[in-house]
Amino acid sequence: MKKTIHITINAKAVSAEVEPRTQLVDFIREHLDLTGTHVGCEHGVCGACTIEIDGAPARSCIAYAAACDGATVRTIEGFGDDDVMAALREAFSAEHALQCGYCTPGMLVTARDIVLRLPDANEARIRKELAGNLCRCTGYVGIVRAIARVLAERKEGVVHAA
Amino acid sequence: MKPVAFDYEAPRDIATAVKLLAGGDGMAKVMAGGQSLGPMLNLRLAQPTLLVDVRGIEKLREVTETADALVLGACVTHAMIEDGAVPDVTRGLMASVAADVAYRAVRNRGTVGGSLCHADPAADWVSTLLLLAATAIIEGESGAREVGLERFMDGAFSTALGDTDVLTGIRVPRLSNAARWGYYKFCRKPGEFAEALAAVLVDSQRKVCRAVIGATNGTPYLIADASALVNGFDDAAALAHVDAAGVGDDQYERQIHYTALKRAVARMSACA
Repeated sequence: MKKTIHITINAKAVSAEVEPRTQLVDFIREHLDLTGTHVGCEHGVCGACTIEIDGAPARSCIAYAAACDGATVRTIEGFGDDDVMAALREAFSAEHALQCGYCTPGMLVTARDIVLRLPDANEARIRKELAGNLCRCTGYVGIVRAIARVLAERKEGVVHAA
Repeated sequence: MKPVAFDYEAPRDIATAVKLLAGGDGMAKVMAGGQSLGPMLNLRLAQPTLLVDVRGIEKLREVTETADALVLGACVTHAMIEDGAVPDVTRGLMASVAADVAYRAVRNRGTVGGSLCHADPAADWVSTLLLLAATAIIEGESGAREVGLERFMDGAFSTALGDTDVLTGIRVPRLSNAARWGYYKFCRKPGEFAEALAAVLVDSQRKVCRAVIGATNGTPYLIADASALVNGFDDAAALAHVDAAGVGDDQYERQIHYTALKRAVARMSACA
């Protein structure tokens, strides 16, 4: 039986009828046409679908839309006015932290969490925190450097306006 | 893949959850954070007809601290334990273990109770809470009861929970200030389920000296008296425990479990 849900997505209130088995990522992509969030392994391992639910990173492939009734969700499209994400975009570009781009939306959400939660993270810590996001192009070197660059910039007070 | 079709309910109290489970003919499944069940559903390894989402039940998120124990609601997340958002009675053991459960995005939603009920032999909490001699607090159709972790898990992915039972909380005994612990796991990649896992706890004030070998083929293996391992590491005793733990007779499996045990003891020795 379908369930009625009310979710705030990227600061916009959305109401919808969903089948309970609908994965949050499919709801976001197929029902709301927000295709910035990517679907990878569909069992919580690859990290491509990582988004923010109630302010914290989460896998949208193993969350169900019906179970997110009342939640506040932010996808990669919802970070346009975020200074940290602006800095990460610059740094990902400068450090060649992406090639095909498939992992990038999830990488950025995870990267932003690292920057905000672990301001003193060193390279080893960044690598450990990135273990849940797979990239098959870059070998991670550029991604690690990009995150380290933003961490260093923030310590020096460099601001990237969104 | 996509899950089979199922119904979904999110009760606000335990009694309603139990009633929903009772109406499910054994095909209803409790979901907490869904970080283990979600993959099982997507891969169609689990095909329930009804999902009972218990995250909205306030009592399951409550935390109560007493003089000799901490009761964690079953829906407390790994991230809350990692971040110290709940009190610690284990001298940092639980926070340290929580920080290495899967990945942050999973820890933000995954729950300690859900992990216990999923009962993956290679998971962290089934072994850690057995080491700590914790107790599972359960409510079901036949009332409330408590089950020690020694008897909670009865096989790989199998527990003492009946079809209508809900794990509501976990009672974790408070360690004394003299307690020391060591924990070691082999993972092929940070965040993956352990290939081998061992933990050791010495709390002389409470006359506790025990160890656990985890990531076995079945339940975690408890070494109720680990004195032969902590007072000088007795190789023969360690290997005898590894063989009794049920990790298979493959030499590689024996070796990594033995080494995990040895390293857990070494880490405890370094524990202030």
